[in-house]
Amino acid sequence: MTRVEGESGLEYLRRKLCSVYPDLCPLFSIEYADGVLLVPREALHGAAVNLKALGFERFGFVTAVDRGEYFELVCRLQSAEFGAGLFLKAEIPRDDAVSDSFTDLWPAADWHEREVYDLFGIEFTGHPDMRRILLPDDWVGHPLRKDYHDDSVIPRPDYI
Amino acid sequence: MAVEVESTRPVIAEDGRRVDELVVNIGPSHPSTHGVCRIITHLDGEVIVKAEPVIGYLHRGIEKMAENRTYLQVVPLTDRLDYVGSMYANWAYCRAVERLAEIRVPERAEYIRVIVCELQRIASHMMGVGSSGADTGAATAFIWAFEVRERIVDLFDELCGSRLTYNYVRPGGVSMDLPDGWIEKCREVVKWAPERLLELDALFFGNFIAGERMKGIGVLSEADAIAWGASGPTARGSGVLFDIRKNDPYSVYPRLDFRIPVGENGDCFDRSRVKLLEAIESCHIIEQALDQIEPGPVMTAGLPRLLRPRAGDAYDHIESARGSLGVYLVSDGSPRPYRMKVRSPAFCNLQLLGKLAPGHTVSDLVVILGSLDPVFGEVDR
Amino acid sequence: MALVDSLTSALESMPGGGIILTSMDALADWSRGQSLWAMPMGTACCAMELIAASFSKFDFDRLGTFPRPDPRHVDVMIVAGTITKKMQPAVRRLYDQMAEPKYVIAMGNCAVSGGIFYYDTYSVVRGVDQFMPVDVYIAGCPPRPESLEDGVLQLRAQIRTRSMAEGRSYDRDLALPGLETDRAGTTDAVRPVGDTPLAPRSGAGEKL
Repeated sequence: MTRVEGESGLEYLRRKLCSVYPDLCPLFSIEYADGVLLVPREALHGAAVNLKALGFERFGFVTAVDRGEYFELVCRLQSAEFGAGLFLKAEIPRDDAVSDSFTDLWPAADWHEREVYDLFGIEFTGHPDMRRILLPDDWVGHPLRKDYHDDSVIPRPDYI
Repeated sequence: MAVEVESTRPVIAEDGRRVDELVVNIGPSHPSTHGVCRIITHLDGEVIVKAEPVIGYLHRGIEKMAENRTYLQVVPLTDRLDYVGSMYANWAYCRAVERLAEIRVPERAEYIRVIVCELQRIASHMMGVGSSGADTGAATAFIWAFEVRERIVDLFDELCGSRLTYNYVRPGGVSMDLPDGWIEKCREVVKWAPERLLELDALFFGNFIAGERMKGIGVLSEADAIAWGASGPTARGSGVLFDIRKNDPYSVYPRLDFRIPVGENGDCFDRSRVKLLEAIESCHIIEQALDQIEPGPVMTAGLPRLLRPRAGDAYDHIESARGSLGVYLVSDGSPRPYRMKVRSPAFCNLQLLGKLAPGHTVSDLVVILGSLDPVFGEVDR
Repeated sequence: MALVDSLTSALESMPGGGIILTSMDALADWSRGQSLWAMPMGTACCAMELIAASFSKFDFDRLGTFPRPDPRHVDVMIVAGTITKKMQPAVRRLYDQMAEPKYVIAMGNCAVSGGIFYYDTYSVVRGVDQFMPVDVYIAGCPPRPESLEDGVLQLRAQIRTRSMAEGRSYDRDLALPGLETDRAGTTDAVRPVGDTPLAPRSGAGEKL
């Protein structure tokens, strides 16, 4: 399948995704000119395998957003073929913050996953070296969680 | 004194551990780690068996701080990310905000952004090339490179009153218009610089010693560069033709004519030299932009002081001096970002150190690290 | 030869005027200030200005200040940049490795007080004076190279006027205080003013 004249990268991505993996098609949406694929947590790794086969050979980053009840795992993939990026998202429950590692697909995910573990406490099964990366090893807590509390933090006076 | 490498055989203890390995800790405060990086090296004689970078010594929690500041107040924080090229982080962040809040930027502001960012690319690459020189013992190259950098820093100083942390690109445009006579001064610098850079090229990269120290050291293959998420000069040194200015064009780059220098061998020499050639190319970009720029507003009119983008998330990326620098913003409809994530190219490139270093000597480790050109403000955030 | 030629003018500026038999400690203090080798403890943005200061345009060498990244060789540590909790033990260890007499310049707002990273952050130490004594504070984010030069000149003036015989205590060893100071947790914290240059340092380790 090739890109037709005048077709944007995202449209081409949608067309190719829907024809090759029809089961992923209803999960795909376009938000702020970026493709988003929201998959169930169990299907995350399988979807990543499919996307890599589709042409997403570059790994942008993986991060998380603390949404209270659950963490939203956000994985950015890039492709030279589509010229467009794609967000692969999944919801991870707070009390069972475990996800599959992407390191077997993209070695670039190594440090990114350690960072997510460090700052959010989400563990990646299958990661070769799941340790803290930015903070000292003896740090308590995961600072980017919204409920993180540290007595040494001085809150900024609210001027706005 | 070099140790005879061939004569050493691995001495394995009963539990399967090598006991003849020497573990040398380099950093976190070491003159050749370009900041606060710690590298734990396992040596067999003088040859590195394993090198493990330990980062986080400059982790200041900028992403957490951004959650308690309004969209405009985050801009000064982004200055401190990549402090060798502050304009990039400003711009990447502002692009993400503009995408989120659906702000259109005036054309003159876009041109000014391109001009300052390409100037920043020259200034930043001069730091990279110069420190490669210092790492290989060619301090002259560092001082020559700094001459170019200082002229550009002077231009920035006049433009926004700061030598390093500019806080110049703001959501909706730039903070102020170009001062009188600045365009002429800028034109003068970009006319003068290419000649100077070619001289530096001959002085440093044309030198036999630089070739001996950097050629064939830390070879990164094209496939590995893609798989390990390398971007910027690190990837282009390996022959990966990937530049967001061309692959996902933004701002007014489609109107400008420029080439992307690419290396062949993927060694330290190519990675460093690509930076110098890019800097020359940047001079041509600035000249074109200075010709095309028209008078007009530099800030979107009627922008509220307190931006409240609707709930959602947006990502935008630009090509910084180190690679694709992106900012991912999540809004919940309040005047403060719910979450900010910076996709830092230096962080991704530095991962490669552990892969490239084994098999080389400690003196080469320094050269490899220098060619990856990490800035630890951005690596650790 | 150059020194011999200019001996008379050098003596003019020496304490005690043209008499070469000055008190030993005055001579020692005077000469100590003239060649302050600096350890660049550059962690963040300010390190760029530190590098710029030592290159041709600002030419730090003419003040006798020469960057030497080895704690055993240097007289003054220039802390340029943010110090995080992870970095703090390393900085303190390097400070301990320096030979007496030793001085510290806190360059930039982060080293002075945490600067822009004072509020909201969980990992930044709010000023290097929390864990080691500081002689000169230089404000700015980052300070210009000229400010750094001024800071070195101020340190030189301090060293010259503070006689080693008068009992400037070199025994300034501090126990590493915990990160929690009495400033933590209060939002209306006010930056304490650094020592006046000539005042004898009394218990630099006590809580600010």
